[in-house]
Amino acid sequence: MVAAESLIEFRHVSRRFGMQEVLRDVSFSIRRGESVAIIGESGCGKSVTLKLMIALLAPSRGEVLLDGRSHHERSEKELTRERLRFGYVFQQAALFDSMSVEDNVAFGLRQNTDLSESEIAGIVHDRLHEVGLPPSVCKKKPAELSGGMKKRVGLARALAISPEIMLYDEPTTGLDPIMTDVINELIVQARDRRPITSIVVTHDMVTVGRTVDRVIMLYPLPRLAPDEAQIIFDGTPSEIFSAEDQRVYQFVHGQAGERLRELALK
Amino acid sequence: MSATLVTTECEGPVTRIGRAVVDASVAIGELTLFFFQMLGWMLTRLPRRPVLFLCMYQIGVQSLSVVMVTGGFIGMVMAVQSYDQFRFMHLETNLGAVINISLVKELGPVLAATMLAGRVGSSMAAELGTMKITEQIDALSVLGANPLHYLVVPRFLACVLLIPLLTVMADAAGVAGGWLISTQVCGIDSLHYWNHTEDYIGSFELFSGLVKSVFFGAAIAVVSCQRGFHCRAGAEGVGRAATEAFVYSFVAILTVDFFLGIISNGLYPLLVK
Repeated sequence: MVAAESLIEFRHVSRRFGMQEVLRDVSFSIRRGESVAIIGESGCGKSVTLKLMIALLAPSRGEVLLDGRSHHERSEKELTRERLRFGYVFQQAALFDSMSVEDNVAFGLRQNTDLSESEIAGIVHDRLHEVGLPPSVCKKKPAELSGGMKKRVGLARALAISPEIMLYDEPTTGLDPIMTDVINELIVQARDRRPITSIVVTHDMVTVGRTVDRVIMLYPLPRLAPDEAQIIFDGTPSEIFSAEDQRVYQFVHGQAGERLRELALK
Repeated sequence: MSATLVTTECEGPVTRIGRAVVDASVAIGELTLFFFQMLGWMLTRLPRRPVLFLCMYQIGVQSLSVVMVTGGFIGMVMAVQSYDQFRFMHLETNLGAVINISLVKELGPVLAATMLAGRVGSSMAAELGTMKITEQIDALSVLGANPLHYLVVPRFLACVLLIPLLTVMADAAGVAGGWLISTQVCGIDSLHYWNHTEDYIGSFELFSGLVKSVFFGAAIAVVSCQRGFHCRAGAEGVGRAATEAFVYSFVAILTVDFFLGIISNGLYPLLVK
């Protein structure tokens, strides 16, 4: 019964790059319709976790399941099809430099549907309107846009293919507080307007407080003992703000603590 | 860390040679795998026309002037450098045959391929490398496009289809340059110049050069795209990918040229009476 409810499940997943292990024996599951934040310090494996979910990376050990079926049981063609169930907002937007904003947002539709150009243009216009961008940006190239506009085009591109699952990789990093608030609001609206599952990788606690109803915190492996679990918190946003674990508390409240001494800054 | 240092310090020449052989084997294996994966996607379905035509324009049309200019100068340099020696042997009217056969069989294809590797190969590696480190290649996968099919197949087809045309243009410019210097500057009679050329150059010579160029084009596309896809992070990584694309492409061109030369020599008696 529990397995049937799980949309995404990590079973004892480890991932290493060369000699460096980033994830070790990580297990958790995400239910359909949930909004989950994955938080943690830089280098703890948050973005790697997102890429494992969508099969852009394969685990070194363990397995990632989507709808109860492991990614490694699927052929490349099946994985390509399954990836279309996801919308992915990249950390630096990852817009295609050589294409206009319009072509970027239309890319997934042109690639995977038989819609006419006028239908595609309608969807592109709607998605850009949804993220608060005027039609005048359509012909612009990504290089002509500000950081906040790029993020919003990235969000419009992800939403254009009507995904079931939205993955946000540090959606507010590098943005001013106003634009951070705009992006947070768009994440909430995207979730409220359609039945999607949202997974937000972030280290911005304002984003956590506003956009999700569950928080998973990963801890960097170099700072863990060999037998310690890498997930050091799994609960609600209100619980994390009152967590007693010193590592969680320091992260949530932005306190470096003994790190300052380690770095010989005190 | 210390173990690594000890290992490195204790490495003898045999170990280093062994390591170089293993690294080279791995690199060739990765390149071969990349080629066959790309081939698999190419046979599945052809790329979209706008994407293919854009690649053809960037690779073919935009390379035309540089290929023709270098081809023309190579022809002229050959005439200038060879004339004195041929005149010393009273064989100056044979200059046309020597210049033109060298151009058509060897220099034209190799020169066009080298210019393509320098102008297009490095640029492809840098472009794909930048796309990789800015996650644009991941974005393609997420949006349902296979990066090999979307990015590599059109570049491969453009290189393979257009390099014979670029070679023809390099050959023509070289032949014209050689003729110009030989007849208008060195004073060789134009009729004798062309007569000797006709005696030595047939369709086999012409086509062997063009067939070679197709293999060169394939080598440039595969090597350059593979370097771009394996680009490391940062500006240094992109720069290194671009440099490696040119160097490895050039080595591949000369290696392929050597083996095709042997095959061509073997086929000559069978095909030409």
